[in-house]
Amino acid sequence: MDIFLQQLINGLTLGSIYGLIAIGYTMVFGIIGMVNFAHGDVFMVSSFIGLTCFLLLTTVLGITSVFLVLAIVLVVAMIFTGLVSWTIERLAYRPLRGSFRLAPMISAIGMSILLSNFVQVAQGPRNKSIPPLVTDVIVLIDRDGYQVTLAYKQLIIMAVTAVCLGIFWFVVQKTSLGRAQRACEQDRKMAALLGVNVDRTISLTFIIGAALAAVAGTMYLMNYGVVNFSDGFVPGVKAFTAAVLGGIGSLPGAVLGGLLIGLIETFWSAYFSIEYKDVAAFSILAITLIFMPQGLLGRPEVEKV
Amino acid sequence: MSALLSLAGVKTFYGKIMALRGVDLEVNEGEIVTLIGANGAGKSTLMMTICGAPRAQEGTILFAGQDITRLPTHEIMRMNIAQSPEGRRIFPRMSVYENLQMGAALHGGVHFAQDLERMFEMFPRLKERLHQRGGTLSGGEQQMLAIARALMSRPRLLLLDEPSLGLAPLVVRQIFDVIRDLNQTEGLTVFLVEQNAYHALKLAHRGYVLVNGAITMAGTGRDLLERPEVKAAYLEGGA
Repeated sequence: MDIFLQQLINGLTLGSIYGLIAIGYTMVFGIIGMVNFAHGDVFMVSSFIGLTCFLLLTTVLGITSVFLVLAIVLVVAMIFTGLVSWTIERLAYRPLRGSFRLAPMISAIGMSILLSNFVQVAQGPRNKSIPPLVTDVIVLIDRDGYQVTLAYKQLIIMAVTAVCLGIFWFVVQKTSLGRAQRACEQDRKMAALLGVNVDRTISLTFIIGAALAAVAGTMYLMNYGVVNFSDGFVPGVKAFTAAVLGGIGSLPGAVLGGLLIGLIETFWSAYFSIEYKDVAAFSILAITLIFMPQGLLGRPEVEKV
Repeated sequence: MSALLSLAGVKTFYGKIMALRGVDLEVNEGEIVTLIGANGAGKSTLMMTICGAPRAQEGTILFAGQDITRLPTHEIMRMNIAQSPEGRRIFPRMSVYENLQMGAALHGGVHFAQDLERMFEMFPRLKERLHQRGGTLSGGEQQMLAIARALMSRPRLLLLDEPSLGLAPLVVRQIFDVIRDLNQTEGLTVFLVEQNAYHALKLAHRGYVLVNGAITMAGTGRDLLERPEVKAAYLEGGA
């Protein structure tokens, strides 16, 4: 029971990060029907932006308040990552719109390689680390020497994720920007006929997705303390898996899928074998898709047109 | 009287196929003008070309004296043109309310509440369905919603693409009554594409006949109704 609780906490933490990245995949797929393979690397770049900002704040400016530093890093990472993603869309995807379906995906793979190689050259191939930021833990249960702990940083990750998702949900459901975004997702041509600037809405989608990935990137950096140029790949694939598991195109699905993948991974590692954790995650995906091809919360196409 | 909308020599291509072969027509302020034609004549293409999707490859389209031929769609629509398009194109996973909000998006909701009441008066059915998703509405309800959505932007020019398609005669009459009303009481300019030629020509001040991407006849609604060619081709069994 104690182990279970501990793994639940760990799994939700990891799942939060996957969920945040998965939203970027699912939103972009929803609006232009392409899988943005560069999204995992955008997440990695956001970690590096966070790292750079962190070092500037602590060593150059000498700010000591951890929460202030974290808040600034988060905002800076979101802004700059949004900018990176906007640029990518502008340069690599928009010119290919209206081309055959595979073209932007190939372009996305190219951008993925470009980003990771650029970071490798610019930052060096070795792990970059930051000193542990938040080290306190809350001991929930202490029995026979086995402690169930909730680290402050885990608490921060879950809280920040919850707040960001809340804001995000509000923007998508209740604002005119979100409405325009959903309109473009459902019928781009009609949205344009109602005066919506479709290109601008697509750009905004990329920016919002990247900003959420930047939240994940900052949390990732704070949690693990190290980041490497190749760190975009595996979390990227996992988050994509999460988006597919939840039902690609569905926003709640992306979050649910992220949490599930995080939980499966940690529980499998704890109870079975850590080497096979990825196999477990992908197997669950395969099995789910056999029985529910549209994913857990994906929509079956039954609307009247 | 200068024309609100005028097309001169408009040609539109799908790939190499010429869908519109140099169309000239005019719609004056305060008029109801109808365009009739058979399936595949290019009626909907003409409607969409006015809105810049697809863009006309040759010719010019003027709206209120301004050249809109090369403008992107959203900028054309922002000049106060609204279209209720072929196939209605209701956002299926948005509520009726949100669909109407989308129609009013350009004004940022300034007179939203007032306009919403007006739509409820015209189409009481929409009020009952307000929080239902667009995709669950019947065809007739979707058509009402498409027209209401277009009207929410308070257009200077309303483009209606086959509002009668697939609807029961009673609903068609209701919709045509609304159009006539709007034109008479508010002076709304309407450009109407129809296969239901008899009703459309009776409603319209003037009409055009489109055959294979070119205008072959023009005249007042009454005049066209009397012509034997029109009668033979478009009115069989209709009257």
